Amino acid sequence: MTDAPAAPPLPKSLAANPLLSQWVRIGAEGRIDILPGKVEIGQGIATALLKMAAEALEVDPARIRMVRPATGDSPDEGVTSGSQSIQDCGRALRHVCAEVRDLFRAEAALRLGADAGALGLEDGTFVGPGNARLSYWELEDAVSLERAATAGVRPVRRTGLDLARIDLADKVFGRPRFIHDMRPEGMLHGRVVLPPRTGSSPRRDQDLAALAGPGVQLVADGAFIGLLSDDERSVDQAAARLREKLGWEGGTPLPDEATLGDWLRAQPVAPVVEQRGGPAEPAVQTLARSFLKPFIAHGSMAPSCALALWSPDEAEILRVWTHSQGIYNLRADLSVVFGLPPERIRVEHVEGAGCYGHNPADDVALDAALLARAAPGRVVRAQMSRDEELGGGPFAPAMRVDVEADLDASGRLCGWRHTIWSNGHSMRPGRSKASTLRAAAHVSGGAPWPIAINMPASNGGGADRNSMPLYDIPAACVTNNRLTVMPIRTSAMRALGAFANVFAIESMMDEAALAVGEDAVAFRLRHLSDDRARAVILEAARLGRWREAPRADGEGQGFAFARYKNTGAYCAVVADVACTDEVRVNRLLVVVDVGEVISHDGVVNQVEGGAIQATSWALKEAVHFSPEGILSRSWEDYPILRFSEVPAVAVHVLDRPDAPPMGAGEASQGPTGAAIANAVHDALGMRMTRFPLTRDTLIEAMELGQ
Amino acid sequence: MPTYALEINGTPRTVTAEADIPLLSILRQDLGLSGPRFGCGAGACGACRVLVGTESVAACDTPLWAVAGKAVTTVEGLGSEEDPHPLQRAFLKHQAMQCGYCVSGILISAAALLRRVARPSEAEIRAALDRNLCRCGAHNRMVRAILAASAEMAP
Repeated sequence: MTDAPAAPPLPKSLAANPLLSQWVRIGAEGRIDILPGKVEIGQGIATALLKMAAEALEVDPARIRMVRPATGDSPDEGVTSGSQSIQDCGRALRHVCAEVRDLFRAEAALRLGADAGALGLEDGTFVGPGNARLSYWELEDAVSLERAATAGVRPVRRTGLDLARIDLADKVFGRPRFIHDMRPEGMLHGRVVLPPRTGSSPRRDQDLAALAGPGVQLVADGAFIGLLSDDERSVDQAAARLREKLGWEGGTPLPDEATLGDWLRAQPVAPVVEQRGGPAEPAVQTLARSFLKPFIAHGSMAPSCALALWSPDEAEILRVWTHSQGIYNLRADLSVVFGLPPERIRVEHVEGAGCYGHNPADDVALDAALLARAAPGRVVRAQMSRDEELGGGPFAPAMRVDVEADLDASGRLCGWRHTIWSNGHSMRPGRSKASTLRAAAHVSGGAPWPIAINMPASNGGGADRNSMPLYDIPAACVTNNRLTVMPIRTSAMRALGAFANVFAIESMMDEAALAVGEDAVAFRLRHLSDDRARAVILEAARLGRWREAPRADGEGQGFAFARYKNTGAYCAVVADVACTDEVRVNRLLVVVDVGEVISHDGVVNQVEGGAIQATSWALKEAVHFSPEGILSRSWEDYPILRFSEVPAVAVHVLDRPDAPPMGAGEASQGPTGAAIANAVHDALGMRMTRFPLTRDTLIEAMELGQ
Repeated sequence: MPTYALEINGTPRTVTAEADIPLLSILRQDLGLSGPRFGCGAGACGACRVLVGTESVAACDTPLWAVAGKAVTTVEGLGSEEDPHPLQRAFLKHQAMQCGYCVSGILISAAALLRRVARPSEAEIRAALDRNLCRCGAHNRMVRAILAASAEMAP
């Protein structure tokens, strides 16, 4: 007798939400409801998850309805972030649906008097000897899904088809789909006027109601200044009056933008040190550079919006509709702020525009709830302005990264020291005793926000994400100095620390290759033993025609590589740029390996979108501020890449059908920014150490170089 | 308050509101449309674009009085699922968006361009869309979809 190999453990999300019925419901009429815990944020995840469920259940995808996540009804999968939805939700759904399929198969076999293995399955209907048939929906009463999933490997048929996105028709025909389109009968419109700095409060000598003017209800509580009206235009006009006339005092001054790198270096910090390998071998040469990435805004196309209903006499006292990335996390913070047990609060997800991380979606949900408490029984819709969306935070933190790279006598890297100064990359709700939501600190007696943290490295880290080079270096040390002061509110934005860390690492790899007189791609390959990394790099060099042709004056070609989080998708980028007094990116060639590909088009779209957004970050984006407050509050002050500036992008996917599927949404940002900076070096001979690569940055680099 | 007659997606409508109320507010609140989207309120992002006559304009900074008596077409008026505009069909075929919040304004700007120039070059398309922002990075897909639609409309 031999021991059976141990079954692999249940996927993480499934272990936390083990009942089959939490994930799938078979309807009587040939319909199947799938309940994901991850939310659609414009990345197409609902369609990818639908496909995985349809394949495992062996049904026509058209039978499946994806249920919008809501607390109480849907599995708690935490936050939709970090490119984890395919890994977590997708694997859980595939497991659950295959197990459900086999439970129904056993029941069908029993009733048809056939061997389970002999039954065919066609679009949800089992077919036995003599063409006897029984479907999921006919057996729906007989098979209970109120049971825990069991470990085991169950084969799943793969169709290889790209499903068309289920959400796009509504969008091209202008049908209501976004939370912004919700207009329940009797709805009130809410606006909130934000303090200019952390800790500011309205000057006491003002009559707020008089400043707001007639026709609106003022909801003022400490530094929380809200307005309500059943007429949207009235409330907008009142908010505009208050923004103009309301005087604020006090609060924490912001740093001086011009000396941001020095400021980061001078703040109190909580350092975390990660050392790999022994002490560095004796070096014959040490290269050192300091890199700086500014604060960046998420810049969603839609100013954040939420609806809330306060019903003191109902079981669910508070209902909230939100485009938050984490409905349970948001509920936990609302529970803290209102002192209500979580089960008295219901939070439902409704699609918003792309958020690219922790934008004000959660904050405006608390605004809506606070306003709704002042108008019980009426749904309140809180809508932010463009000014507040760009200027109110949370922002992706500024990062300073100092790197020292040691080369030995053979021209090999022998030591690496990477030191980060940055605010934490997470102040998402649901993770602290005090609420992180904006208004939680503004209401009278509200506790200050917890200072942004970094998630542990095992969860992908934060500022330290991708700070440890994937290259074979005998001794490497990362010191991550998290600031313990937070005058500018920071939280997660796509790729977190990876954007700055990969910029720093890949710029130094270029410097090191130059220092030993070696081609940048060959130098990287000489320091990489990971076969999948090597494959991605080689393919990018081949398809990108790496240094095959001489570059014209002012033109340059740059290369960069990273494996996202060092555990996720592999990505290599070749960038071609043309530099005049500005940098123009002409072409990006991107090669990725995301393991098994669930949706080829979805992967290409995410990787290309990530590369274009990162081009915008690298060339144009910086939050501007003075000690008095945030200055960049419009698209004029915070420009992003426009159609005429967008490079040609070619994405090539190396399919690994037998490797676990991995998320694609954050793989390309780090390598794209770094490849552009390296291309500028190739064009101008100047090492770029600061984003964004604007005209001013080029002039500064030139002056420093002379 | 004055009353204005205008034509919305081919249907005559009257609206009673202050003269300087932005057209976007009229379309979304008074007329219940959802295609034109609020993005900035300053004519800087293009999410609210509509056709006035054959011109693409930002509805958020066009006052009501300026469209009195004129024909306004929103993305709902371009076509429907049953009878889609070639641009809408091409955007679906090319899956030419991610979150899609910007897409109704982009369809409007593209429709205005194709009325002016039947077979625009890629550079002309990019120039015509330069006042429409997309944050997801779906620009190139959209340009390809517009090229495909123009080839279909003017073979």
